[in-house]
Amino acid sequence: MAPIDSDDNTTAGAGEEPGGGRSRAARYVVPVAVMGLAAATIGLVPALADSGDPDLPKVTAEELVQKIAESDVQQLSGTVRISTDLGLPDLGGLESGMMSGMAGGPGGGGKDGGSSADPSAKLTELASGSHTLRVAADGPDRQKVSLLEDAAEYSLIHDGKDVWGYDSKSNEVYHSTQEGGERPEKDVPATPKDFADQALKAIDDTTSVKVAGTAQVAGRDAYRLVVEPRQKGSTVGAVTVAVDAETGTPLKFTLTPASGGAAVVDAGFTKVSFAKPDASTFDFAPPKGAKVTEADEKAAKAPEPGRKAEGDLAKELDGLKVIGEGWNSIAAFDTGGQGLPTGAEAGGDLGGFLGSLGDQVKGDFGSGTVFKTRLVNALITEDGKVYAGAVTKDALVKAADAAK
Amino acid sequence: MSRAEPETAGSGTPEAARTPNPLWSLGLLRGELLITFRRWRTLALLGVLAAVPVLVGIAVKIETGDGPSGGGGEGPAFISQISNNGLFLVFTALAATLPFFLPMAVGVVAGDAIAGESSAGTLRYLLVAPAGRTRLLLTKYAAVMAFCLAATLVVAVSALAVGALLFPLGDLTTISGTRIGYAEGLGRALLIALVVAASLVGFAALGLFVSTLTGSGIGAMATTVGLLITVQILDQIPQLDALQPYFFSHYWLSFADLMREPVYWDDLVRNLGLQALYAAVFGSAAWARFTAKDITA
Repeated sequence: MAPIDSDDNTTAGAGEEPGGGRSRAARYVVPVAVMGLAAATIGLVPALADSGDPDLPKVTAEELVQKIAESDVQQLSGTVRISTDLGLPDLGGLESGMMSGMAGGPGGGGKDGGSSADPSAKLTELASGSHTLRVAADGPDRQKVSLLEDAAEYSLIHDGKDVWGYDSKSNEVYHSTQEGGERPEKDVPATPKDFADQALKAIDDTTSVKVAGTAQVAGRDAYRLVVEPRQKGSTVGAVTVAVDAETGTPLKFTLTPASGGAAVVDAGFTKVSFAKPDASTFDFAPPKGAKVTEADEKAAKAPEPGRKAEGDLAKELDGLKVIGEGWNSIAAFDTGGQGLPTGAEAGGDLGGFLGSLGDQVKGDFGSGTVFKTRLVNALITEDGKVYAGAVTKDALVKAADAAK
Repeated sequence: MSRAEPETAGSGTPEAARTPNPLWSLGLLRGELLITFRRWRTLALLGVLAAVPVLVGIAVKIETGDGPSGGGGEGPAFISQISNNGLFLVFTALAATLPFFLPMAVGVVAGDAIAGESSAGTLRYLLVAPAGRTRLLLTKYAAVMAFCLAATLVVAVSALAVGALLFPLGDLTTISGTRIGYAEGLGRALLIALVVAASLVGFAALGLFVSTLTGSGIGAMATTVGLLITVQILDQIPQLDALQPYFFSHYWLSFADLMREPVYWDDLVRNLGLQALYAAVFGSAAWARFTAKDITA
């Protein structure tokens, strides 16, 4: 290509040659500076972007609760981040392994088992870890919730009468038809509003409600409503709800445990828009070749393992009673069975394993094992009684003693 | 070099020869690209990459030959959709090659870029040309990036062809459950291929930096690929989740977010930002090393 002009090149080459050790080292300042700049940007930009709490007219707690109740947001779309930390060991991988093991049992490919697109199977995943959801709503008849997974997505679409569940990972579709405009995910709270509704239901004289300043959530000005139990003995420290100042929509829900530390449940919009979502969002037709499970079909199928177990559980729960009131409610029921064998008498590894998961307690009621999470504790006594609630270990023992 | 460039008057003077004009760099780049893509080694790497979609396509075809099965959600992303729409083979092939095959090929080319010349004893002669070391390094990096793009496109085009041959085509369903036309699907596939190529930019810069550290081509390649494997393993260890967002491979599979409707940009933007950061840090580190290095071979 280029004719070699040796005179030129020695000069050009020499010009590039480093003078000495100092200038050699000096060149490495560039990558270090780039890294420093990046670190500073990562550290500082969020701090700068956080423009502080917005100034909003003062409201009382009652007015704010009223505002939530009256809020009539029909159209909304956004991204929700949910983190739950119940303090349980992370069984995510194990659980999904078991699930796929069950689905891929005899017959394989989930032909006999439940569809992986069944909403109840899917939404229990939300109970642990961090998840990103996308929600869109247009009136009471059209909603969509999508759970974003790695390179896959689970969508639950409610469009008029139809409820579709679509699991893109396995390309399976779940379909059911609903009477009226009932929301499909009613029993599983997914949006901050669902959580807030649950919390506001609990407001009575055992609860203190106050407005604690303002905050900025998903770029919108919001009031912070703090709901705290008045009673002692609850594991719930406080529930904080950020309420959009303009529309009264709850934007963020945080449940902090009484024991302190990170929030047990933290669900909030990271992006929200109150514009009408694109109509095509709610259009769904099963993709070609996807396996479609009809809800009726599934229910008609002879006793499924899951359903049978649920039936048994329901039978067992017949003896369920609630002790206490408000935040300190404890559910108590008699399993009628042997209860949980404690420590040595169970013998073998299982006894030791179960024992290691719980704390042994003794009281007037006898002895039992307390299983703890950061929010819900449960006491299983030797004679097969179960006490569970969002209360401390001592409160459980007290309840068991009183019931004796 | 044709010194008498028409547009720049006075470029014929010796002074101008010392500050080479852009066209000369283009010539340097062209030569570099020709050398890279004419190597048997490069062609073999591209051949292996082109074979992956063929294997995946045939495997899926045999597997679903006796009618569509429900899938089980195992295997690389999008694999359960391939039998219904051949375009998904593009996404599956990229998802299958991105964790290892693609970066390994890039690592071989990037690791060889400087160290290979050095061990072959040709680096001296390259530096004799009036290009300057910075310019040579930029040219090498440009050639490596061109290889990133070429490698990705080879996988995508091979997958597209195999998908069209073996499976039906037509409208496709995004992973959010909405429907898009085939043309838009093709557009997204192209966008995904570009994002995948861009995902390799940071790793290519790392490979180039390693390549300036040693005089052994094989050593540089092995180190680069070894770093890739190490980082991929570390990315799987849950205890390191505080560090993982800074691993160059952490957001690689975020390209799948382009198949959501609407597209979920957060991780994609994070991925591209991270690649730019790696390119800046290791690119400048490579510059610092290469311009200060004693070239003896």
